Amino acid sequence: MTARTASRPADRARLKPTTVVWLLPAAVLLAVLFLVPVGYAIYLGFTNLELLGPFAQNFSFTGLANLDRMVHDPVFWLSVRLTLIFVIGSGIVAQTVLGLALALLGQRANVTVRTSVGAIVILAWVLPEIAVAFIWYTFAQAGGTLSYLIGHPTTNLLTSAPLLIVCVANAWRGTAFSMLVLSAGLRNVPAEVDEAAQLEGASYWRRLLRVTLPIMRPTIMTNMLLITLGTISDFTLIFVMTQGGPGNATAILPVYMYIEAFQFNALGYGTAIALTIVLIGALLSIVYIRQLRPELAKAKEAE
Amino acid sequence: MSVLTGVRRRESAENAATRGEAPPGQSRRSRWVINLIMGLIGIWFLLPLAWLLDAAFNPNAGPGLASPQLSVTNFIGAFHTGAGRDIANSLYLAIVSTLVTTAVSLLAGYSLSRRHVPFKGAVLVAVLFLTGLPVTMLLVPIYEMYVAFNWLNSPFWTSLVLASTSVPFAIWLLKNFIDQVPREFEEAAAIEGSGELRTLWRVVIPLALPGVLVSAILTFINAWGAFLIPLVLDSNPGQTPAAVGIYQFLDANAQVQYGPLAAYSILFSIPVLVLYLISSRWLQGGFAFAGGIKG
Repeated sequence: MTARTASRPADRARLKPTTVVWLLPAAVLLAVLFLVPVGYAIYLGFTNLELLGPFAQNFSFTGLANLDRMVHDPVFWLSVRLTLIFVIGSGIVAQTVLGLALALLGQRANVTVRTSVGAIVILAWVLPEIAVAFIWYTFAQAGGTLSYLIGHPTTNLLTSAPLLIVCVANAWRGTAFSMLVLSAGLRNVPAEVDEAAQLEGASYWRRLLRVTLPIMRPTIMTNMLLITLGTISDFTLIFVMTQGGPGNATAILPVYMYIEAFQFNALGYGTAIALTIVLIGALLSIVYIRQLRPELAKAKEAE
Repeated sequence: MSVLTGVRRRESAENAATRGEAPPGQSRRSRWVINLIMGLIGIWFLLPLAWLLDAAFNPNAGPGLASPQLSVTNFIGAFHTGAGRDIANSLYLAIVSTLVTTAVSLLAGYSLSRRHVPFKGAVLVAVLFLTGLPVTMLLVPIYEMYVAFNWLNSPFWTSLVLASTSVPFAIWLLKNFIDQVPREFEEAAAIEGSGELRTLWRVVIPLALPGVLVSAILTFINAWGAFLIPLVLDSNPGQTPAAVGIYQFLDANAQVQYGPLAAYSILFSIPVLVLYLISSRWLQGGFAFAGGIKG
């Protein structure tokens, strides 16, 4: 995904003073408020820093103590499991399947249906996250619309099925992105290929599975990678809906990190949790990029 | 903000229609089924939105749908809880971070597109890498820094954090936009003796305007909706932006004030919807890009 660098051989290959001046503001801002904090986070993750009390000022490097605490912390492991369920279930699976379904249906539905349903789905995605969190908080309350729909109007679904509800809410909010990316991808599938398969008498489903989806694979994988990175660091939706509860039933890693750091004062341990979020995100990215490798190699050859 | 946003352009939607509609062999019945399924999915997406609209105008709104009314009581109620002040705070955060991000990223993006920069490839990869890092990682170190420098509870310094988290994506976006602007105009301007900053302002920015606007609008939307950073860095009552205001309003009362909260949420969402509509025609390119990585 790196961009082509627009350098020409005619460029005088020397660094002009004005270039340095023009790069400086961005460099300073990123250094002070991005790179230094990233480095500092890696250090703080191995300290006993606290929000209040004696360790707020005189904290020290504690080696692998936070890691040890993490390994023996059942809530941390629960949180890892919840994060994976949330990312895979509500992000990767639900949004990709629903987005792909909408993109495929949109190809064949009539214009009015496609345009109006598309607009509604996009509206759900454009709304600020805090508004979505409030809407879905209400939707699942006793007496809320969802409770009525499933025939249990007196049940608060955020207590009886909290993880399912936050997953559904997140899928509701995020599907538009997959729909848009995948419909753009569908338009790039050459019509001739599909027509050739059709002439040979292949059914719609067979053409979809054997022709369209294989051609779309890199688009689908890229889309999944972007969804994964977006979902794994999501905080607002769940925090506003449930604050990680009831109990720790919806405490995905970013929420657990906030609770440990800013409610239980364990800033050092919280930072260590934040580092594991980055680690999991990096591991998942590597998996995707490996999957994409044949396509990337082909793209390079084509250039 | 590691994600490109957008909507289909009208032309391409029509394009798809002529190509995808009624392929030979598609019966009228299957067409009907397709419309029905898509319509049902649409209703599922519509219901929560319908509740929000219904509740905002209903003076006795509860968690369920009720018969529509047209009362502005809830909007007045929202302003009584400080919606106006909170929205002004959101506006300050969003405007400052958008101005800083756009100015800084334009200079850097232009330099990375046009000038010789040592290790340019590595710099670009690093910038792209930063767009993927979660904000949660920066939270505690920045909090500690802000305690040390006494920058906590300052809207200005809070907005700079929002800016720094937007800058990597903005640089990357603007560099790619400027790459597509032909150089001849700048070369002509240089021959006529125009200074570099003047050339950037008078020649490059007008040519790359869609890119600059998309970058500014995405930064604004991102800062406008920011919740976690202001929640941690700026907790002074009266200074909180609307995203935190809505949360506190939801959390504060034992009996949730559905009507005023719905009205407040709508007020808070309107600027984002307007900006999205304005920018959607230029955002198309982003989707074609994300969807266009061919095998």
